[in-house]
Amino acid sequence: MDQLNNYLFIAAALFSIGLFGVMTRRNGIAVLMGVELILNAANINFIAFSRFGGMNLDGHIFGLIVIVLAAAEAAVALAIVINIYNNMNTINIDDASTMKE
Amino acid sequence: MDMHIQYSLFILFLPLLAFLIQIFFGKRLPRQGDWVSISAIFTTLFFALIMFISMLTNYNPDFKQEASFVWLDMGEFQIRLGFLIDNITIIMLLIVALISTCTHIFSIKYLEDDIRYSRYFAYLGLFTFSMNGIVLANNLMSMYMFWELVGVSSYLLIGHWFEKKSAANASKKAFLTNRVGDIGFFIGIMLIYNAVGSFAFSDVFSGVSSGLIAGTTLTIAGLGLFMGAMGKSSQFPLHIWLPDAMEGPTPVSALMHAATMVAAGVYLSVRIFPILTPDALLLVAYVGGFTAFFAASIAITQSDIKKVLAYSTVSQLGYMILAVGTGVYTAAFFHLLTHAMFKANLFYGSGSVIHSMHHALHKKHDHHTDPQDMNNMGGFKDKMPITYWSMLLSTMAIAGVPIFSGFLSKDAILAGTLSFAQHNPQHFLLAIFGFGAAAITAFYMFRMMFLTFHGNPKIPDLIDDIHESPKEMTGPLILLGGLSFFIWYTLPNYNPFSTYGWFTDLVKPMNAVVPGNMTAEEIEAGAHHAHYLAMYVSIGVAAFGIFLSWLFYIKKGLSAEVWAKRWGFLYDWSINKYYFDENYDKYIYQPTLRLAEKIAWIDWELYDKYFINGFGRLINWVSKISGKIDYDFIDQIIVDGTGKAASLFGRTFKKIQTGKLQNYVLYVTAGVIILMVIQSF
Repeated sequence: MDQLNNYLFIAAALFSIGLFGVMTRRNGIAVLMGVELILNAANINFIAFSRFGGMNLDGHIFGLIVIVLAAAEAAVALAIVINIYNNMNTINIDDASTMKE
Repeated sequence: MDMHIQYSLFILFLPLLAFLIQIFFGKRLPRQGDWVSISAIFTTLFFALIMFISMLTNYNPDFKQEASFVWLDMGEFQIRLGFLIDNITIIMLLIVALISTCTHIFSIKYLEDDIRYSRYFAYLGLFTFSMNGIVLANNLMSMYMFWELVGVSSYLLIGHWFEKKSAANASKKAFLTNRVGDIGFFIGIMLIYNAVGSFAFSDVFSGVSSGLIAGTTLTIAGLGLFMGAMGKSSQFPLHIWLPDAMEGPTPVSALMHAATMVAAGVYLSVRIFPILTPDALLLVAYVGGFTAFFAASIAITQSDIKKVLAYSTVSQLGYMILAVGTGVYTAAFFHLLTHAMFKANLFYGSGSVIHSMHHALHKKHDHHTDPQDMNNMGGFKDKMPITYWSMLLSTMAIAGVPIFSGFLSKDAILAGTLSFAQHNPQHFLLAIFGFGAAAITAFYMFRMMFLTFHGNPKIPDLIDDIHESPKEMTGPLILLGGLSFFIWYTLPNYNPFSTYGWFTDLVKPMNAVVPGNMTAEEIEAGAHHAHYLAMYVSIGVAAFGIFLSWLFYIKKGLSAEVWAKRWGFLYDWSINKYYFDENYDKYIYQPTLRLAEKIAWIDWELYDKYFINGFGRLINWVSKISGKIDYDFIDQIIVDGTGKAASLFGRTFKKIQTGKLQNYVLYVTAGVIILMVIQSF
């Protein structure tokens, strides 16, 4: 049970779910949630490779950095979503295509 | 700085300053500014006199001062200009300053009421400046520059009355003839510089003595330099300009064509004497001797008083060149000194006569009679006593009568020539030229005096209006007439038959630096040996010439007309100046003009029409093609094509910019997947 492959499967599943969410949701918040899933899938990989690759705490450090980065990203992205809502009265990202020709 | 150098700077640049003031402000100054020039030239004379007196008190024949500065500095190539002051320079400076001063004073009255009075004085200043530059030069380069400046100022002064076509032509002729000589001068300078690497006389002399330049090259270089002297000193065959240059105002003739400018050539020959090879010297001697004789033979028949003096100047310059050629070059310089005084005086005298004639004719409202023609004069002796006596003194000097200056200097030259002929009997012709010219000189000078001042007036109603000239004109006449006596040139010796005095003590002949030439002692010993014989013969021929002249024109024992008929062709040759101008015209100018026309035809018909125009058409054609290439190919295809391609790409790829976020994510993901698939192979 305690094998690298299991972690990788979970991470891959999580990544796929996240990617699916990002690609299919119309709601901006939901897209952000997909992004979070993708980031955490990467985190799992970091930790798993760190543990099974015998790399001490290197992977953990990267995991922490990714979490901090994800928090910052979420803050910026949410601010963008709020601005979109203020301007367009919707958070459907398909409507935010006014720069299209 | 040495006193001599300082004084020389003043002497050189004061006349230039006067020139600048006169040319720019002359017309607005009171009296048209003649006092500016005159005070400048008097100061110059003052400094020249101080230098002369200090030379006499030092009494050092080896005195020499040199100063120079770098004029052009281009690394290896350097040209230094500077002053060389020795006894010859000091004497020459005094000659120039004295004659120039006299000319300035004389001109006040002579050119009174002239329309270009101030400009005339300006040019006199420029001329004096350039002449002093030649005299002071210690190198061939600056000498050449001032040489050309003398040419320019003589051009300006000869053509002073340029409204007269003859004067304008005369100035042009003088300028161009001098150019011919200057080409030789320049070639000589370049040959010497090429071999020695310096222009300075001292370097040139040491270079020649150490054999850097020798043999034929040295002969050619020396003759090149001498060609410049031939032009300036109007030696055969470049003598043709000087008689025509009499178109200039008479005081100018006295300044340039008697005492200074033509003396520049002799001065140059004296300076470069040490580097002339025996071959060159022989040619120099023959040119000088022939010029002396042949110019004298022309002077016999001239009726224009200034033309007589002009040819006599050419003849006397021939003497000086003859002396250089036969090795007694200090005698040439001595004759230059004495000749400057008496010939300038003769010109002033003729100016005084012409001035008086001019006024008398003016009073009669006669504008057709030539005031310079001796056939209109006669009997002026009592009317113009000062002019007469002063001119008589100078005439005796030039004719070589004992106790006058010309006797001594001419005697020194003839002694040198005779000695040369004794040593080289095959060149006896030189001695014949010398003594023959002496006899003819005595004859035509007294002929001029008799025709002008003696006998009956040829136009009787004119004689009452002939008056002595004003003080400004008689002053120089008295001064220079006095300087025709021997005593001034031989102090402290009183023997009128001996040349020895301050001049021979202070101007010692230098040995030639060309190996194999006679030394100065040998030449001097030879001349000394020949001295008495030369003296007796020269007194004899002078007396013979004067007697003949008296017989022809006073006693009328012989009739000039009959003799002219009897020797018809000689008379014709002489009065027509041996047809030199005509022959030059026929054999040089006209063929040159015809050649120029031919060349102009080639230039216009062939070169211009086919080559230049053809080249233009070719260029036109090429540029049309290249224009086509530029527009049709580069502009249309390359430049516009780039734009069109970019536009096409833009239109094609804008379709994938849907504006839908998830599309982009899909592209990215697809891209990653494609990359991964590619990687895995």
